[in-house]
Amino acid sequence: MTRSSRRLTRLLAAATVATTLAACGGGDDGGGGGGGGGGENEASDVGITEDTIKLGAHYPLTGVAAPGYSEIPTGVQAYFDHVNANGGVYDRQIEYVYRDDAYNPTNTSAVVNQLVLEDEVFAVVGGLGTPTHSAVLEFLNSERVPDLFVSSGSRLWGETPEDYPYTFGWQTDYVSEGKILGQYIAENLPDAKVGLFLQDDDLGADGESGLREYIDDQIVEVQSYVPGNTDVGPQIAALQAAGADVVVGFNVPSYTALSQLVSLRLGYQPQWFYSNVGSDPTLVGSLLANFSQGQVTDATLLDGAITTEYFPGTDSPDDPWVQMFQQIWDEQGQEGELTTFRLYGMAQAYTTVQALQAAGQNPTRDDLVAAIEQVGADWEGPLFAPFRYSEDSHMGTSGMRVVQVAGAAVEELTPVLTTDLGDAEIEESDREAATPPENGIPDEEAAD
Amino acid sequence: MTQPPDTPVVSTGEISSEAPVQATAAANAPTASAGGGRSFLPANTLLRHLLVLVACAVGAVVLLEITDPFTNSQLAQLTYYAIAAGGLTVLTGLNGQISLGHGALMAVGAYTTALMLDADEPLPLPVVLLAAVALATVVGALVGVAAARLHGPYLAGATLALAVGLPGLAVYYGDLFGGEQGLRVRAPRAPESFESFIDLVSGNPPSATKWLAYVGTICLLITFFLLANLVRSRIGRTWRAVRDQEVAAELAGINLGAWRVLAFVVSAACAGLAGGVLALVVRLAAPSGFTLVLSLALLTAIVIGGLGSLVGVLLGSALLVFLPPFVTDLGADLGLNSTEAAQLAPFVYGLVLVVVMIFAPAGVVGTIRMRWLTARARRAARGAGS
Repeated sequence: MTRSSRRLTRLLAAATVATTLAACGGGDDGGGGGGGGGGENEASDVGITEDTIKLGAHYPLTGVAAPGYSEIPTGVQAYFDHVNANGGVYDRQIEYVYRDDAYNPTNTSAVVNQLVLEDEVFAVVGGLGTPTHSAVLEFLNSERVPDLFVSSGSRLWGETPEDYPYTFGWQTDYVSEGKILGQYIAENLPDAKVGLFLQDDDLGADGESGLREYIDDQIVEVQSYVPGNTDVGPQIAALQAAGADVVVGFNVPSYTALSQLVSLRLGYQPQWFYSNVGSDPTLVGSLLANFSQGQVTDATLLDGAITTEYFPGTDSPDDPWVQMFQQIWDEQGQEGELTTFRLYGMAQAYTTVQALQAAGQNPTRDDLVAAIEQVGADWEGPLFAPFRYSEDSHMGTSGMRVVQVAGAAVEELTPVLTTDLGDAEIEESDREAATPPENGIPDEEAAD
Repeated sequence: MTQPPDTPVVSTGEISSEAPVQATAAANAPTASAGGGRSFLPANTLLRHLLVLVACAVGAVVLLEITDPFTNSQLAQLTYYAIAAGGLTVLTGLNGQISLGHGALMAVGAYTTALMLDADEPLPLPVVLLAAVALATVVGALVGVAAARLHGPYLAGATLALAVGLPGLAVYYGDLFGGEQGLRVRAPRAPESFESFIDLVSGNPPSATKWLAYVGTICLLITFFLLANLVRSRIGRTWRAVRDQEVAAELAGINLGAWRVLAFVVSAACAGLAGGVLALVVRLAAPSGFTLVLSLALLTAIVIGGLGSLVGVLLGSALLVFLPPFVTDLGADLGLNSTEAAQLAPFVYGLVLVVVMIFAPAGVVGTIRMRWLTARARRAARGAGS
């Protein structure tokens, strides 16, 4: 069976289930995928009881990395609350425990020990950060705990499923992002002299390797910074001196703000590109105001900068997924506005519910992993491009689109492009944007 | 020149001659009640310490076997904090030097361990840990030579530079040290003798977590045994002499610089071992694990426990390990959401530190010991008066 026809079958199957449910007057979504066959719920593995399923996560809730990132779990929680209010998954309520690691790997190790050994979670979902999650990669895989949807774009989470069979990525990896940005520059700005502004870790290194696939000969200067050192004056000055008229930044939000302020001071006005990680206009705006002590009040400095998106953020309020999540946030969320970070968490939680439904009514931890490998690539959701999950790859979504910041919104510059690690071609995604389900809860059938 | 009679004369080159006496009250406590007429322990220090060591080893096995796997992992955490803080308390409590750089020395040990275990055919674990100790000792000796010329805040400043600068090297030489994301550590498997030992003792499953907790505990016991002997030896007495009265010590023929360097080296060796254990337990050596926060945490642990006391070190380290999860869970039980509960933990830790400083400025062990000494002196005075 070819891939597209298999997808068609799934679609038909899903449609059938949906109509059957509708015919039964089915507002009750407790059956999830409906493939469970109506048997009894059992405590089939650690973390699962007849009426609950426990998931855990680690995030920086305190310390330097907390602004922004600490909002993600509140989004996840709000979405799970919504699912629970609608009957849960296979009539099980999702219990979500997230703990603080302050973005310090030593703490991550301790809190994940606690999640696995004391809280006895069924799976860890959305653990955040490359150095932090690296510390628990071995542990989770040796304890055979599913380690789903790591919140980082490193290649570690999925390039080698034979080494880490329980770990899955989720967001677009930095290599693919670099390739997509590189191709855009090669096609639209072929004469530009490109400078790179990189964080000195895998974010910068992977991004650079992707970019070099397409614009190796256009790059005139590479500058990197070490996180924690807030003086980026020398780096920006070197880019200016090298005559770069395009600068691509693979950096975190605070360094987007710093690089903008420094180039403002130096009178340097290249065309800026920022990776998705560093480009949230709201957060960058508040950081700009903070760093400049009120002299720059919003993110207008970012106007015209080019970046990427792999899921609709708060800058596209008309997107049906954003509207759906907005409604859920208004009903279930805590205080505060719906931010792009919270949307990220809710989108991740949506994928998690898809995985739990696909794992079947009484799954073991291994069943969950097998289900994601088997059907994860067919899931539709808020993300623009499909996941790459299979037995050979646990990499997350494969694509993104290039967008330009215009005020609080963004303008699309390209359609959704998909690619993969290595020398895989960049292709336009043939997938239509998925329509969100009416009740906001996915409806996957159990994989066999 | 008039001086109030009870104010100590502060000579140049010295911060104060009075302060350490109270602050380091815990340092002067006998390791295991020595010499007291009612003690059943032998008078020979080495023999006495060996007995205590055996008792502690038995106690540790019992503790590790009756607690659940998560507590095992917390105890493993406690061991590396305690080993490092043990070295620091000797430096600060006994020799009067302050170091904010012990986190960096732990990084030396951790990276040595990570690199050596990464080899195709890694050497046996004890050799790897000894290498970690050796390398940290060398770095400690270099820093110690500088440290011997500095005092108080200047020394704190110099070691602070070490704490901030050294982890940066791991990023700068990213090819060797794995940069910001660090080196992952594959801890060697437990030997079969360990499995049969656990089977014999309790029948619990011999998990990797338990094995690492045992490795940490063995390192901790050996370190504390050696430190306790050192503290009671001529070396320990000389260190105290250097701490309390520099001029008197020098007049007695003690080479201040050399003894300071020695104290720093011993304490660096402990930090190296602690780093090695940390790398095994955390399974990662990354710069973000060795920030200034780690060095400060070690310092607060020894201050809360009581400067110079090994028992105090255990108390302080236990607080570092057990307090944050306890407070977070308490917060969650009281209805806070996870984010608020997580923010509560550093707050309560700070509060505990402030409270201890106000009500027990010599640390827990130091304060108890001073109370006890005061009470005994009163009794003795009463007895003499009657």
